[in-house]
Amino acid sequence: MILFENVTKTYPRTTRPALDDVSLEIPRGEFAFVVGTSGSGKSTMMQLVMKEQDVTRGRVLVAGRDLDRLPERKVPALRREIGCVFQDFRLLPNKTVFQNVAYALQVLGSSRARIRQTVPETLELVGLAGMEKRLPHQLSGGEQQRVAIARAFVNRPPILLADEPTGNLDPDTSLGIVQLLDRINRTGTTVVMATHDTVTVDAMRKRVIRLDRGVLVSDMEAGDYTTGSIPRIRLEEEAEAPRRADEPEASDGYDDGDPTAYDEPDGLPPIGRDADEPRSRGGIFRRHKAVQTSDR
Amino acid sequence: MRFQFLLGEIGNGLRRNLSMAVSVVIVTMISMYLLGLGLMGQRQVDTMKDYWYDRVQVTVMLCAEKTRFTNCAGEATTDAQRTAIKAELEALKPTVKEVYYESRDEAYDRFKQTYKNSPLARAGESYFADSYRVNLNDAGKFDVVASSIKGMPGVADVQDQKKLLEKFFTFMNTVSWAAIALSSLMVLAAVMLISTTIRQTAFSRRRETGIMRLVGASNFTIRFPFVMETVLSSVLGAVLAMGMLWATVRYGVVGFLSQTLTDTAFIGVADVYYVAPFVIVGVIVLSSLTSWVTLRRYLRV
Ligand SMILES: Nc1ncnc2c1ncn2[C@@H]1O[C@H](COP(=O)(O)OP(=O)(O)O)[C@@H](O)[C@H]1O
Ligand SMILES: [Mg+2]
Repeated sequence: MILFENVTKTYPRTTRPALDDVSLEIPRGEFAFVVGTSGSGKSTMMQLVMKEQDVTRGRVLVAGRDLDRLPERKVPALRREIGCVFQDFRLLPNKTVFQNVAYALQVLGSSRARIRQTVPETLELVGLAGMEKRLPHQLSGGEQQRVAIARAFVNRPPILLADEPTGNLDPDTSLGIVQLLDRINRTGTTVVMATHDTVTVDAMRKRVIRLDRGVLVSDMEAGDYTTGSIPRIRLEEEAEAPRRADEPEASDGYDDGDPTAYDEPDGLPPIGRDADEPRSRGGIFRRHKAVQTSDR
Repeated sequence: MRFQFLLGEIGNGLRRNLSMAVSVVIVTMISMYLLGLGLMGQRQVDTMKDYWYDRVQVTVMLCAEKTRFTNCAGEATTDAQRTAIKAELEALKPTVKEVYYESRDEAYDRFKQTYKNSPLARAGESYFADSYRVNLNDAGKFDVVASSIKGMPGVADVQDQKKLLEKFFTFMNTVSWAAIALSSLMVLAAVMLISTTIRQTAFSRRRETGIMRLVGASNFTIRFPFVMETVLSSVLGAVLAMGMLWATVRYGVVGFLSQTLTDTAFIGVADVYYVAPFVIVGVIVLSSLTSWVTLRRYLRV
């Protein structure tokens, strides 16, 4: 799905390459973390996939396209196959949750009927059912990121890129977001998530691509990776494991795209949503609460 | 759906950026009004040329007593001289179309009658003499007449009305070209304003366009609202300008000038109808071109 062949990216007017001779392959349907300290080239990697940047040397193939040879006018078609989520959510502040998600479909010319069907479906999938009419500032950080994920995924792209989606969130909320991405991954979507949050990575047992100053230093298959510091979250995850084992249908349900399955209590959206509420930064939390009480 | 969405975006954009849109409307309106005035001036000159060049005459002025013309030597033209001059003029047919004799008193009366409001009135002073008025078949053949008549005994001077008219036309031409030049400066200002407006708008909407880019909206979807907002504003300005021009011609020229100066031809509202489509199409082309070029530079896709 995504293939890097000896990719080097040097930004203009810099000497050290942001990515240095990186080769890797991310097959269809995989969930991969890209980790590394700040400035190690994670965002650069994402931008190369989206053709926000062009490689200096090497080749990037995405969904069967050689990005170096992709003409400018075909870039939008490429981006329609890639959903993107960022640390700063990038929601439109004057649009409601529903409108924010619908916007992605509107600009692509979807029919009103399709929007009315797909948007609520997607909001339900990310665990935001019932919040359609809220404005972004009436949501917690975790909820805002869920809106962003819904917007990125509403078009059902085969690839989802998440560049430090949990960078602004507290650990519990982060876990909820990552689990949501995992859930999206289980629908067959290739997910690549850049992060420097090793705690979250440890909790997930997925493939981990580690960058250090632009160099690919390790690429470990699912389960190989561990930082050694197994935290509380890991334990929580294990505690949930039996529950999930009891309900194997839940994850299969997503693959089928059966909307009723989204309500299955596999622990993902409720944990994510409930967990981040008490921990949100004061302002957001208070505003959120205020609206909630005035709503009822 | 996409069309509806784009219409909505254009409406939102105009509402949110109302002052920008209004400034584009005003600048386009003033520049196009000035341009229109210049073009009307040109058409007025053409109209007057058509009207006058059929009517211009060569005037063969005869000597009066104590006239200042040296050829006369202070003597009035004798009857014999008159006959000789008349015969010479007749001999110049077909260059000469018709020859009339006009006495000094007739000339004065005619001047009072017809030229009282005309710009030619100032040239009237020297007309008060007996004269032969010669219509030419070709207004350009003045020299032929002048060379054979000038210097004949009893001829004070040979004057070409066309020359007088041309001075006047040159003056009008200059004024109208000045208006056009001024309007082109205003057009330049309009272009720069449109460009700045679009940059501002693109900046204020960078969040929206960023998301459009991200989800893979086509260049057309991203840029079309910007282009349409500008084109709509500037076309509104151009239409208002043409409305003002129409009012100027209708009430200023047709309703006033041509009532006052009955002796000459004036442009009418038809001339406004003639230039308006060109002006409006020109504005559409110019504003869409300007906005497209600006967007290419400042709105990364
Ligand atoms: N647009 C840019 N222009 C110049 N240098 C850049 C640009 N973007 C990133 N860099 C540099 O490239 C390196 C990698 O950055 P980045 O990919 O953003 O890392 P990360 O996302 O892992 O923090 C850094 O040294 C950064 O300074
Ligand atoms: Mg980064």
